[in-house]
Amino acid sequence: MKIVVCVKQVPDTAAKVVVEDGQVTWGDAPLVINPWDEYAVETALLQQEAHSGDVTVISVGDEDAKEALKHALAMGCGNAILISDPGLENADSLVTSQVLAAAIQKIGDVDLAFFGRQAIDGDVGVTAAQTARVLGWPSLTLVSAISELDPVSSSIRVERSVEEGRQVVEGKLPAVVSVIKDIAEPRYPSFMGIRKASRAEIPVWSVAELGAEVSDPVVSWPEISNPPKQEVITEIISGGSPAEIAETLAEKILETKVL
Amino acid sequence: MDFALTDEHRMVQQMVKGFAQKEVSPVIKEYDRKQAMAPFILPRMAELGILGICLPVRYGGQGMDYIALGLACEELEAVDSTLRVVMSVHMGLNSMALLQWGTEEQKERFLAPQARGEKIACFGLTEPGAGSDVAAILSTAKRDGDIYIINGEKMWISLATKADHALIVARTDLDAADPHDGLSAFMVELNRDGVTSGDIHGKLGVRAGSTGWIAFQDVEIPAENRIGEEGEGFKIAMSSLDNGRYTVAAGATGLIRASLEASLRYAQERKAFGREVGKFQLVQQKIAHMVQSYEAAKLLYLRAGWMKNQGIRNTCETSLAKWFATDASFDAASEAIQIHGAYGYSDEYDVERYLRNAKGAVIYEGTSEIHQLIQAGYALEYRDNVPLRCELPAFDDDIWQKEQ
Repeated sequence: MKIVVCVKQVPDTAAKVVVEDGQVTWGDAPLVINPWDEYAVETALLQQEAHSGDVTVISVGDEDAKEALKHALAMGCGNAILISDPGLENADSLVTSQVLAAAIQKIGDVDLAFFGRQAIDGDVGVTAAQTARVLGWPSLTLVSAISELDPVSSSIRVERSVEEGRQVVEGKLPAVVSVIKDIAEPRYPSFMGIRKASRAEIPVWSVAELGAEVSDPVVSWPEISNPPKQEVITEIISGGSPAEIAETLAEKILETKVL
Repeated sequence: MDFALTDEHRMVQQMVKGFAQKEVSPVIKEYDRKQAMAPFILPRMAELGILGICLPVRYGGQGMDYIALGLACEELEAVDSTLRVVMSVHMGLNSMALLQWGTEEQKERFLAPQARGEKIACFGLTEPGAGSDVAAILSTAKRDGDIYIINGEKMWISLATKADHALIVARTDLDAADPHDGLSAFMVELNRDGVTSGDIHGKLGVRAGSTGWIAFQDVEIPAENRIGEEGEGFKIAMSSLDNGRYTVAAGATGLIRASLEASLRYAQERKAFGREVGKFQLVQQKIAHMVQSYEAAKLLYLRAGWMKNQGIRNTCETSLAKWFATDASFDAASEAIQIHGAYGYSDEYDVERYLRNAKGAVIYEGTSEIHQLIQAGYALEYRDNVPLRCELPAFDDDIWQKEQ
């Protein structure tokens, strides 16, 4: 099995993301691998352990994105590739998916490409499906379990978690799979993995090296603003007895149409 | 001079932090109240390799350096002191002593299973009547042909009821002119006939850990279990403390950080007199002191770790790091409670646990008073570093990574 995992470097979930002077900033908060992508890495490693083969992790971004790649290497991925190009500074999900698809094709003979369900910074959640579309592969999104994977017959059966419930879907390999939290608990990097990752020389591919045909972004952010500040008013309801307090509270709730 | 941590160090920090925060933090209050150690802690730390973090790969360790050990201790104690205590006794006081003083055969027998986390190790120096006064040790080890017969009791032993191996110090020469010279060190398998142990309850802190006693009643051990030569027990114990105190210093630094982070969160949430309490200058003063303590404590323990990596004797520097960080962690936790007001006085918040846990480290592995004597002794040149027959080996990346 040849497996690719696509990961993104994002601000830490604890970071306070705000808009300053029209730019999004998270101060000096650390950048981490997108938490959803850790599930994708874990899933890829589990499939590799079950069916042998190798796992390559790739990311589109600047030098900082090497941190995310090293995290995935420390978890157990065999290879890492950074795709970095000044022309990708304003890439939207379409451009990103074209670049990722080109990288997957350049790696060659890939059976499965895993993604997290979305990145916690952009929260768009369509890159996996778009990459599948560009590659012309089946798109199996929001996957909560891989119930069958047969490299010989090149088939895969997964469970998807959708609003209406669970769907069992079958597809042919090669396929793109985006995973959700239920799929498996991500492992911690091992010390051996950490040593390997810290010494890894990660190759950097440019768009030209990929030979990718990349569109202009179709989505841009002409204006960004902070959400309006919410005024929170606290009112302590008092009364002579619990029943009286409860009655006053119920009236307030009905009055404000909270319920 | 390079103050930057390597990628490797930062990844170790993240990995250990992830374990402590995701797996231990959600349940620590429950076990602290129960005064019991969560049963998953030791197997999980073994599985993740934390129990062998800075030991060479050929002995079953993970091949990291001594700074990685310190960073791990900081992250562990930022969640709970009991996690760091595991590293102090299993790694600092026992396994690193084996690395320093053990023969190859002893390393194979004892160190390798400890590094892999298959066996848990503890350290038995303190007795009911001998704490700081090590020369007052009464436990005896009497040579009888190819064996030693151990009798005595060890007290305030971390992991007493959890450990498989104990490195203990006992008297082999009752007539030594200097009582320090009559002590020897031994590895004792705690499943031997005549060994009994129990936990001590009712402690102020480290309640989610195991602290207890171990008694030896005519316990026979092979002579090959003696670590070092007869009469080297005091030196071995003191060199073990150089390593144990390092882990305590690093851990206490994590406790300062935890108090600081809790205080920052609370000071920005809690409002009084119409504004968040962080806006008040007296609260800011407390926070400033915590920042100062954290940064200084961190630099002190990292210097000690760097010296260990270089193979430079660090008794004085480690003592200073331990003394400063533990005293500062107690102060930081106390001030964190003050910032939290009445809420800090209840176990709804973590800071009261930080204070209770901080007090222990001001006492064990050399009280603050002992460390002050050590520091003054070095400054006045009453003390000097006497070369040891076996020094802690300097970290060597190639040697540490070798499989054989």
